[in-house]
Amino acid sequence: MVKVDYYIILSAVLFTIGALGVLIRRNPLIIFMSIELMLNAGNLAFVAFSSMYKSFSGQIFVFFVIAVAAAEVAVGLALIVEIFKTKKNINIDEMNSLKG
Amino acid sequence: MNSDLIVFLILSLIAVAAALGMVFSKNAVYSALFLVLNFVTVAIFYLLLGAPFIAMSQITVYAGAIMVLFLFVIMLLGAESLAPANVLPWQKRLAVTLAVILGLESIYLVVSNARADIVTAPAAALNSMGSLREMAMTLFNQFLLPFEVTSILLLVAMIGAIVLTKREKAG
Repeated sequence: MVKVDYYIILSAVLFTIGALGVLIRRNPLIIFMSIELMLNAGNLAFVAFSSMYKSFSGQIFVFFVIAVAAAEVAVGLALIVEIFKTKKNINIDEMNSLKG
Repeated sequence: MNSDLIVFLILSLIAVAAALGMVFSKNAVYSALFLVLNFVTVAIFYLLLGAPFIAMSQITVYAGAIMVLFLFVIMLLGAESLAPANVLPWQKRLAVTLAVILGLESIYLVVSNARADIVTAPAAALNSMGSLREMAMTLFNQFLLPFEVTSILLLVAMIGAIVLTKREKAG
Protein backbone atom coordinates (compact mmCIF):
# COMPACT_ATOMS: atom_id res chain seq x y z
CA MET A 1 0.00 0.00 0.00
CA VAL A 2 2.23 2.77 -1.24
CA LYS A 3 0.71 6.14 -2.02
CA VAL A 4 0.66 6.93 -5.72
CA ASP A 5 2.24 10.31 -4.93
CA TYR A 6 5.43 8.59 -3.81
CA TYR A 7 5.80 6.97 -7.22
CA ILE A 8 5.18 10.29 -8.95
CA ILE A 9 7.80 12.00 -6.76
CA LEU A 10 10.31 9.22 -7.52
CA SER A 11 9.52 9.65 -11.22
CA ALA A 12 10.10 13.42 -10.95
CA VAL A 13 13.45 12.85 -9.19
CA LEU A 14 14.62 10.39 -11.86
CA PHE A 15 13.52 12.78 -14.61
CA THR A 16 15.46 15.62 -12.97
CA ILE A 17 18.61 13.49 -12.74
CA GLY A 18 18.21 12.68 -16.45
CA ALA A 19 17.86 16.37 -17.31
CA LEU A 20 20.94 17.13 -15.19
CA GLY A 21 22.86 14.49 -17.13
CA VAL A 22 21.90 16.06 -20.45
CA LEU A 23 23.02 19.50 -19.23
CA ILE A 24 26.23 18.51 -17.47
CA ARG A 25 27.90 15.81 -19.61
CA ARG A 26 29.70 16.33 -22.92
CA ASN A 27 29.82 12.69 -24.05
CA PRO A 28 26.96 12.15 -26.55
CA LEU A 29 26.55 8.51 -25.49
CA ILE A 30 25.96 9.54 -21.86
CA ILE A 31 23.57 12.29 -22.99
CA PHE A 32 21.69 9.61 -24.91
CA MET A 33 21.57 7.38 -21.80
CA SER A 34 20.22 10.33 -19.80
CA ILE A 35 17.43 10.72 -22.35
CA GLU A 36 16.61 7.03 -21.88
CA LEU A 37 16.49 7.66 -18.11
CA MET A 38 13.99 10.48 -18.64
CA LEU A 39 11.79 8.28 -20.87
CA ASN A 40 11.93 5.65 -18.16
CA ALA A 41 10.84 8.14 -15.48
CA GLY A 42 7.85 9.06 -17.65
CA ASN A 43 6.99 5.38 -18.03
CA LEU A 44 7.06 4.91 -14.26
CA ALA A 45 4.51 7.70 -13.83
CA PHE A 46 2.32 6.14 -16.54
CA VAL A 47 2.31 2.74 -14.85
CA ALA A 48 1.63 4.30 -11.43
CA PHE A 49 -1.42 6.12 -12.80
CA SER A 50 -2.52 2.98 -14.65
CA SER A 51 -2.43 1.11 -11.35
CA MET A 52 -4.32 3.94 -9.61
CA TYR A 53 -7.16 4.00 -12.15
CA LYS A 54 -7.23 0.19 -12.57
CA SER A 55 -6.96 0.62 -16.33
CA PHE A 56 -4.66 -0.97 -18.91
CA SER A 57 -4.36 2.11 -21.15
CA GLY A 58 -1.33 3.47 -19.29
CA GLN A 59 0.49 0.15 -19.55
CA ILE A 60 -0.22 -0.06 -23.28
CA PHE A 61 1.11 3.45 -23.74
CA VAL A 62 4.30 2.41 -21.95
CA PHE A 63 4.58 -0.55 -24.32
CA PHE A 64 4.50 1.87 -27.28
CA VAL A 65 7.03 4.17 -25.60
CA ILE A 66 9.42 1.21 -25.20
CA ALA A 67 9.05 0.35 -28.91
CA VAL A 68 9.68 3.95 -29.96
CA ALA A 69 12.71 4.17 -27.64
CA ALA A 70 14.18 1.07 -29.28
CA ALA A 71 13.76 2.63 -32.73
CA GLU A 72 15.25 5.90 -31.51
CA VAL A 73 18.31 4.17 -30.07
CA ALA A 74 18.94 2.24 -33.28
CA VAL A 75 18.88 5.38 -35.43
CA GLY A 76 20.68 7.58 -32.87
CA LEU A 77 23.57 5.19 -32.36
CA ALA A 78 23.90 4.75 -36.14
CA LEU A 79 24.19 8.55 -36.41
CA ILE A 80 26.83 8.68 -33.66
CA VAL A 81 28.88 5.94 -35.35
CA GLU A 82 28.63 7.78 -38.66
CA ILE A 83 29.71 11.09 -37.09
CA PHE A 84 32.66 9.29 -35.48
CA LYS A 85 33.68 7.86 -38.87
CA THR A 86 33.66 11.34 -40.44
CA LYS A 87 35.18 13.41 -37.61
CA LYS A 88 37.21 10.77 -35.70
CA ASN A 89 35.86 12.43 -32.55
CA ILE A 90 32.47 12.43 -30.85
CA ASN A 91 32.86 15.44 -28.59
CA ILE A 92 29.46 17.13 -28.55
CA ASP A 93 31.01 20.61 -28.79
CA GLU A 94 32.51 19.80 -32.18
CA MET A 95 29.18 18.76 -33.71
CA ASN A 96 28.31 22.24 -34.88
CA SER A 97 27.86 21.79 -38.62
CA LEU A 98 25.41 19.67 -40.58
CA LYS A 99 27.84 18.98 -43.40
CA GLY A 100 31.03 17.21 -42.34
CA MET B 1 5.26 1.52 8.41
CA ASN B 2 4.27 -1.52 6.44
CA SER B 3 6.46 -3.86 4.45
CA ASP B 4 5.43 -2.46 1.03
CA LEU B 5 6.64 0.97 2.02
CA ILE B 6 9.98 -0.41 3.24
CA VAL B 7 10.49 -2.27 -0.05
CA PHE B 8 9.55 0.89 -1.95
CA LEU B 9 12.00 3.05 0.00
CA ILE B 10 14.92 0.64 -0.40
CA LEU B 11 14.28 0.20 -4.12
CA SER B 12 13.88 3.93 -4.72
CA LEU B 13 17.17 4.61 -2.92
CA ILE B 14 18.87 2.08 -5.22
CA ALA B 15 17.20 3.61 -8.30
CA VAL B 16 18.22 7.18 -7.44
CA ALA B 17 21.75 6.13 -6.49
CA ALA B 18 22.13 4.23 -9.77
CA ALA B 19 20.84 7.21 -11.74
CA LEU B 20 23.30 9.55 -10.01
CA GLY B 21 26.08 7.04 -10.61
CA MET B 22 25.14 6.97 -14.29
CA VAL B 23 25.38 10.75 -14.59
CA PHE B 24 28.61 11.21 -12.61
CA SER B 25 30.70 8.17 -13.67
CA LYS B 26 33.90 9.09 -15.44
CA ASN B 27 33.84 5.89 -17.49
CA ALA B 28 30.98 5.45 -19.99
CA VAL B 29 30.96 1.66 -19.47
CA TYR B 30 30.24 2.15 -15.75
CA SER B 31 27.50 4.61 -16.72
CA ALA B 32 25.86 1.98 -18.91
CA LEU B 33 26.04 -0.64 -16.14
CA PHE B 34 24.56 1.79 -13.59
CA LEU B 35 21.74 2.46 -16.06
CA VAL B 36 21.08 -1.30 -16.33
CA LEU B 37 20.78 -1.43 -12.51
CA ASN B 38 18.33 1.48 -12.64
CA PHE B 39 16.24 -0.23 -15.32
CA VAL B 40 16.07 -3.44 -13.28
CA THR B 41 14.86 -1.60 -10.16
CA VAL B 42 12.23 0.21 -12.24
CA ALA B 43 11.12 -3.20 -13.58
CA ILE B 44 10.62 -4.33 -9.97
CA PHE B 45 8.50 -1.21 -9.39
CA TYR B 46 6.36 -2.26 -12.37
CA LEU B 47 5.86 -5.68 -10.75
CA LEU B 48 4.84 -3.98 -7.48
CA LEU B 49 2.37 -1.84 -9.45
CA GLY B 50 0.72 -4.88 -11.06
CA ALA B 51 2.21 -4.66 -14.54
CA PRO B 52 4.09 -7.95 -15.08
CA PHE B 53 4.11 -7.72 -18.87
CA ILE B 54 5.62 -4.22 -18.86
CA ALA B 55 8.19 -5.37 -16.29
CA MET B 56 9.33 -8.21 -18.51
CA SER B 57 9.41 -5.97 -21.60
CA GLN B 58 11.50 -3.51 -19.62
CA ILE B 59 14.06 -6.22 -18.78
CA THR B 60 14.27 -7.70 -22.28
CA VAL B 61 14.07 -4.53 -24.37
CA TYR B 62 15.74 -1.90 -22.18
CA ALA B 63 18.13 -3.78 -19.91
CA GLY B 64 18.77 -6.37 -22.61
CA ALA B 65 18.69 -5.10 -26.15
CA ILE B 66 19.14 -1.33 -25.80
CA MET B 67 21.92 -1.43 -23.22
CA VAL B 68 23.83 -4.13 -25.13
CA LEU B 69 23.66 -1.84 -28.16
CA PHE B 70 24.99 1.03 -26.03
CA LEU B 71 27.87 -1.04 -24.63
CA PHE B 72 28.68 -2.27 -28.12
CA VAL B 73 28.91 1.27 -29.50
CA ILE B 74 30.89 2.56 -26.48
CA MET B 75 33.48 -0.16 -26.95
CA LEU B 76 33.48 0.13 -30.75
CA LEU B 77 34.22 3.86 -30.64
CA GLY B 78 36.56 3.64 -27.64
CA ALA B 79 34.51 6.41 -26.03
CA GLU B 80 34.95 5.19 -22.44
CA SER B 81 36.29 8.55 -21.33
CA LEU B 82 36.64 11.58 -23.55
CA ALA B 83 39.29 14.22 -22.93
CA PRO B 84 37.62 17.32 -21.47
CA ALA B 85 37.69 19.94 -24.20
CA ASN B 86 37.12 23.68 -23.71
CA VAL B 87 34.28 23.30 -21.20
CA LEU B 88 32.34 26.47 -20.42
CA PRO B 89 33.42 27.54 -16.92
CA TRP B 90 29.93 28.32 -15.61
CA GLN B 91 28.21 25.37 -17.28
CA LYS B 92 28.30 22.97 -14.32
CA ARG B 93 26.96 25.47 -11.79
CA LEU B 94 24.21 26.66 -14.13
CA ALA B 95 23.19 23.08 -14.97
CA VAL B 96 22.97 22.06 -11.31
CA THR B 97 20.97 25.20 -10.45
CA LEU B 98 18.50 24.62 -13.29
CA ALA B 99 18.11 20.93 -12.42
CA VAL B 100 17.48 21.71 -8.74
CA ILE B 101 14.83 24.27 -9.76
CA LEU B 102 13.18 21.70 -12.07
CA GLY B 103 13.19 19.05 -9.34
CA LEU B 104 11.79 21.31 -6.62
CA GLU B 105 9.16 22.64 -8.99
CA SER B 106 7.88 19.20 -9.98
CA ILE B 107 7.92 17.89 -6.40
CA TYR B 108 6.05 21.04 -5.28
CA LEU B 109 3.42 20.40 -7.98
CA VAL B 110 2.89 16.83 -6.78
CA VAL B 111 2.81 17.75 -3.09
CA SER B 112 0.45 20.69 -3.54
CA ASN B 113 -2.05 18.51 -5.43
CA ALA B 114 -1.60 15.58 -3.06
CA ARG B 115 -4.18 12.85 -3.42
CA ALA B 116 -3.92 11.90 0.21
CA ASP B 117 -6.01 8.76 0.32
CA ILE B 118 -5.24 7.17 -3.05
CA VAL B 119 -2.89 4.22 -2.80
CA THR B 120 -1.62 1.94 -5.52
CA ALA B 121 -3.05 -1.35 -4.43
CA PRO B 122 -3.03 -3.71 -7.38
CA ALA B 123 -5.58 -6.45 -6.93
CA ALA B 124 -3.98 -9.87 -6.56
CA ALA B 125 -5.49 -10.91 -9.90
CA LEU B 126 -3.90 -7.96 -11.67
CA ASN B 127 -0.37 -9.09 -10.84
CA SER B 128 -0.82 -12.61 -12.16
CA MET B 129 -0.37 -13.83 -15.67
CA GLY B 130 -4.16 -13.91 -15.92
CA SER B 131 -4.15 -10.16 -16.43
CA LEU B 132 -2.08 -10.67 -19.58
CA ARG B 133 -5.18 -11.96 -21.35
CA GLU B 134 -7.12 -8.81 -20.56
CA MET B 135 -4.23 -6.58 -21.54
CA ALA B 136 -3.90 -8.43 -24.84
CA MET B 137 -7.63 -7.99 -25.49
CA THR B 138 -7.26 -4.23 -24.95
CA LEU B 139 -4.11 -4.07 -27.05
CA PHE B 140 -5.49 -5.96 -30.04
CA ASN B 141 -8.99 -4.49 -30.03
CA GLN B 142 -8.87 -0.91 -28.87
CA PHE B 143 -5.24 -0.17 -29.82
CA LEU B 144 -4.82 -2.28 -32.96
CA LEU B 145 -4.00 0.61 -35.31
CA PRO B 146 -1.25 2.12 -33.07
CA PHE B 147 0.20 -1.38 -32.73
CA GLU B 148 0.49 -1.78 -36.51
CA VAL B 149 1.90 1.75 -36.87
CA THR B 150 4.58 0.79 -34.33
CA SER B 151 5.62 -2.16 -36.49
CA ILE B 152 6.02 0.17 -39.49
CA LEU B 153 8.04 2.57 -37.30
CA LEU B 154 10.40 -0.24 -36.27
CA LEU B 155 10.82 -1.26 -39.93
CA VAL B 156 11.63 2.34 -40.91
CA ALA B 157 14.14 2.61 -38.05
CA MET B 158 15.81 -0.61 -39.17
CA ILE B 159 16.11 0.56 -42.77
CA GLY B 160 17.32 3.96 -41.58
CA ALA B 161 20.07 2.48 -39.42
CA ILE B 162 21.27 0.31 -42.33
CA VAL B 163 21.22 3.19 -44.82
CA LEU B 164 23.07 5.52 -42.40
CA THR B 165 25.95 3.15 -41.76
CA LYS B 166 26.24 1.72 -45.28
CA ARG B 167 29.53 2.60 -46.89
CA GLU B 168 29.05 4.32 -50.26
CA LYS B 169 30.77 2.57 -53.15
CA ALA B 170 33.46 4.76 -54.64
CA GLY B 171 32.78 6.18 -58.10
